[in-house]
Amino acid sequence: MIRDITIGQYYPANSILHRLDPRVKIVCTLLFLISLFLQKSILGYVVATLFLVIVIRESKVPFKFIVKGLKPIILLLLITVGFNLFLTDGPVVLVKFWIFRITDTGLETAVYMAIRLMYLIIGSSLMTFTTTPNELTDGIEKLLHPLNKIKVPVHEIAMMMSIALRFIPILLEETDKIMKAQIARGADLESGNIIQKAKSMIPILVPLFVSAFRRANDLAMAMESRCYRGGDGRTKMKPLVYKSRDRMAYAAMIVYMVLIVVIGRFVPFHIWIF
Amino acid sequence: MSIRLEHLNYIYNPGTAYERQALTDINLEIPQGQFVGVIGHTGSGKSTMIQHLNGLIRATSGKLYYEDQNIYDENYDMKKLRSQVGLVFQYPEHQLFEVDVITDVCFGPKNQGFSPEECRKRAKEALELVGFPEKYYEQSPFDLSGGQKRRVAIAGVLAMQPKVLVLDEPTAGLDPRGRDEILDQIALLHEKTGLTVILVSHSMEDIAKYVDRIVVMNQGEKMLDGVPREVFSHYKELEKVGLAAPQVTYIMHALAEKGMKVDTDVTTIQEAADEIMRHFHD
Repeated sequence: MIRDITIGQYYPANSILHRLDPRVKIVCTLLFLISLFLQKSILGYVVATLFLVIVIRESKVPFKFIVKGLKPIILLLLITVGFNLFLTDGPVVLVKFWIFRITDTGLETAVYMAIRLMYLIIGSSLMTFTTTPNELTDGIEKLLHPLNKIKVPVHEIAMMMSIALRFIPILLEETDKIMKAQIARGADLESGNIIQKAKSMIPILVPLFVSAFRRANDLAMAMESRCYRGGDGRTKMKPLVYKSRDRMAYAAMIVYMVLIVVIGRFVPFHIWIF
Repeated sequence: MSIRLEHLNYIYNPGTAYERQALTDINLEIPQGQFVGVIGHTGSGKSTMIQHLNGLIRATSGKLYYEDQNIYDENYDMKKLRSQVGLVFQYPEHQLFEVDVITDVCFGPKNQGFSPEECRKRAKEALELVGFPEKYYEQSPFDLSGGQKRRVAIAGVLAMQPKVLVLDEPTAGLDPRGRDEILDQIALLHEKTGLTVILVSHSMEDIAKYVDRIVVMNQGEKMLDGVPREVFSHYKELEKVGLAAPQVTYIMHALAEKGMKVDTDVTTIQEAADEIMRHFHD
């Protein structure tokens, strides 16, 4: 069940995307997300699609795996498409029945919206597929480093993030274990109304909290006994250094962004071929 | 006859990249009242297997009979099965949640639908069975020592008065004294009430003293099954799969090799000592 959600999961493979500096991937993902909102013409989407196809091929993550990540957002997608389809007014009415009518603008917005949402998810999950959580926090820490000057505790934030990420699978496993143990003692987790169901969660939540605190305590102890005292003067075992492939990736991204901006500027909004 | 597993297979995450066969064609019969030890290395499938016994995990294929009824039949009463086959997980003290010891132990019987008085009565009996001192009944379970917490957790399962008690590594993380105390108590319980006990462990030493029968698991398959002395006689094969026979087995074999005519099949320290003494007296 919970394991079906592939957003935010890491997919181990040996590709150029996996080897890129995490900072490159974070910056480029952000730029790609922005690019989706910079243009609204079919040519723009063709360019974005081409870009995405190339990146997916380079990432060596199976396409099937990426599509699986879209499953949880299907409902969101349907609602958005539905609203845009039926509630947008436009000059030409294509279909009309009962109180619903579909206009050409409505259809156009709905289709674009669906594509945008899907590309948003695919683009950002490509980053997490190819970057381990640790690399990701490393990248964020380095990117946000300048904020240290205005007293933002960047290192602490990054450390908290990586600890939180590390704890997710542990706590999932723990929940599974405690649930099984209580079911073995005759706990009924399924039947009853909402209040009864909430009450039946107590035997699971209390031990779960206790165990989370215990683990946090152990971790704090372990960190302290290795003389951890925050980010001041702390060096990295593998410091992030830009290599030539990272610069190439930035260059490719800049070309793509320029292309998108130019298309957004000079290609008229509505080239709708129907 | 109590529990019977027929051609049981279990696969984790079937159809995904993480697919793994955890159990392969397990056939096992455990009669009522037996004290069985299940032994295997980490990842041998022993924990997976015992979670089948009360229906927490459903086998991918195969049949599991409890008192001659297939528990995978459509109308089978799983709740009843779970109150008859009590399962104590690894580190069971991590499941305690109530404000005091006695209420926590009452959780099982309460779920079985007994009246509050009956629940208390059963809880008290269970706590007595595990040798938990009465003066701590009203204490928070979180304030107890590790060994006492574990007693409370085991009592929590015993209070449901199961016919079969399955314990997954009940001595993990305890010191030698706590380990002996818990195991002695379980052995006593088995003697007094005649309930079936299935004890999972990775240490031969721990269980050799207590059990009637040992089932050895290796990589999801049943490797050996028999009385302790029979299983230990395969000590060379056990070593190959990362398990070891009790130290006395090695001593006796070493002595036999040096020409002492001792019985190499003894399983406990006491038996070994008697055997060596007998040899010197002869």
